[in-house]
Amino acid sequence: MSQTAAATAVPRRTKAPTGMSLFFYRLGKSLQTPTPYLTLFGVALWLFTWWLLCEGLRVDRFDKIPGPVAVSKDLFSPTPFQGISIYTQEYYDHILVSCRRILIAFSIATGVGVPLGLFMGWSRRIRDYAFPILETLRPIPILAWVPLSILMFPGFEAPVIFLATLASLFVTTLNTMLGVDSIDEAYFRAAGCLGSSNWDIFKNVVVPGALPFIFTGLQISIGVAWFSLVAAEMVSGDLGLGYLIVDSYMNNVTVPMVIGMITLGFVGWVTSMLVRMLGNWLMQWHVKALALQGR
Amino acid sequence: MAQDTLEASANTADLTAGKSKVELRNVSKSYGDEWEQQQVIDNLSVEIRPGELTVVVGPSGCGKSTLVNLIAGFEFPDTGEILLDDKPVTGPARDRMVVFQETALMPWQTTYQNIIFGPKLRGDLKGNALREEADRLLVKVGLSEFKHKYPLQLSGGMQRRAELARALINNPRIMIMDEPFRGLDAMSRGLMQEFFLRLFEENRRTNLFVTSEIDEAIFLADRIIVLSNRPANVRKVIEVNLPRPRDYKMLNSPEAYEIKREAMGILHEEAMKSFKSGSGSDFAEAYGKADS
Repeated sequence: MSQTAAATAVPRRTKAPTGMSLFFYRLGKSLQTPTPYLTLFGVALWLFTWWLLCEGLRVDRFDKIPGPVAVSKDLFSPTPFQGISIYTQEYYDHILVSCRRILIAFSIATGVGVPLGLFMGWSRRIRDYAFPILETLRPIPILAWVPLSILMFPGFEAPVIFLATLASLFVTTLNTMLGVDSIDEAYFRAAGCLGSSNWDIFKNVVVPGALPFIFTGLQISIGVAWFSLVAAEMVSGDLGLGYLIVDSYMNNVTVPMVIGMITLGFVGWVTSMLVRMLGNWLMQWHVKALALQGR
Repeated sequence: MAQDTLEASANTADLTAGKSKVELRNVSKSYGDEWEQQQVIDNLSVEIRPGELTVVVGPSGCGKSTLVNLIAGFEFPDTGEILLDDKPVTGPARDRMVVFQETALMPWQTTYQNIIFGPKLRGDLKGNALREEADRLLVKVGLSEFKHKYPLQLSGGMQRRAELARALINNPRIMIMDEPFRGLDAMSRGLMQEFFLRLFEENRRTNLFVTSEIDEAIFLADRIIVLSNRPANVRKVIEVNLPRPRDYKMLNSPEAYEIKREAMGILHEEAMKSFKSGSGSDFAEAYGKADS
């Protein structure tokens, strides 16, 4: 298909499409780039390797791991051999419980971490109070907090949420603070010149200026929340994807274990994409600037 | 046309707006630790006269930006005093508007939002009056079509014009421009100089303009203050009596040539000092345009 042929066949758009037609326009455009095909090929290659190791060649020790055929047979069967499929309620219960915990933990961590980071970046005094403590607590691995959290909180739910919150709180706070540090001094000066009070500067310079860093931080933090949540669910829990994985292993049913892992990866990817979309929506100026650079 | 820029806010500002003077008396400023003091400004006294365009030139790194920061109130002198209409400067305020090197438009606000930023915060222009004033300035700087674009979507020249509008809407008593056209290509720089001159000649608002380019200085100035190498001090004050409105051809007049020769002589001497003291890049920057 030559360029001239394409130009004569499709009339030039003069108005920006909206809604669904915009979606299809973008979809059509993206199908003309190599991206979707390379993605598909990458996934296929990965699945093939997995199949080759576990089912094709049955490499030693890998033969105990269920391959893609065994997993998908169970996953899409109304009567799964090992108990978990997209037709069983239990599967969705695990996802739902984990998602709910992530939602709570991520909300608390963002609600506390972003303001804390903003104030730490903005005020020397608040940083002097909080930064040494934050930096001391931050390197402690989340698993080291497990016994303490079980002692501190009753039941299954609270300790698990506490651990996920803690992990993502550190990331969010630190990134937000660095975001404030990254703002050019000239913006503070310009705002001062124009007659801003301290609070005006906070609202109009500190918050929007730190936003790109905040959202980078939030994307990392939701990932961190997922893996600390799963670690926590493995140690203490009654439901959830982490629990599903470790419980399946204990009961020697390997297919649900792999299903749990794949689901976890997929759900984690979706949540981090949601955070990114929210960020882009909030930072039109940033997105447009990046678009000008061809990104 | 004299009161044209900012009629709308004239009721809140005094009538002498734009006709203020700034005086620096024996100002010194140094940075660094006790045992490694870097004196940037040494006992500098200078007057920025009302309704004049005063240009400060000096070898780069000589303390021009520090001078701007002191007058704007971002920093304070170690000794001496800075007076705006005989009152000491106590901090940044809307009566001394700074146009920064490169650009300091808030990238997260559109051109329009940037322009109305000051009056909206202070609440001294509201609703329709504010919108009309902003639109009028947008027309003046030729950015009406780019009202709802973000600064990063504008070209360098457009950004500088938007920044001029953002400063002008506050009807400042004095405009401080810190190498405002630095980083623009030669063509836009020339255009911006002409545009800025037209704007200045319209109502002659007291203006302090800092630059490291001597041609720019001669083209714009009523008076040129030539600073010495660091620590900065006044080496020479040159009156530029070229007629206004100016145009580029005047730079080829014998008078302009004489001023240039004199200023270049001093700058060369001063830059040689900094060259000898080890900062060779200063030399290149001050002399890149010497023969043009």
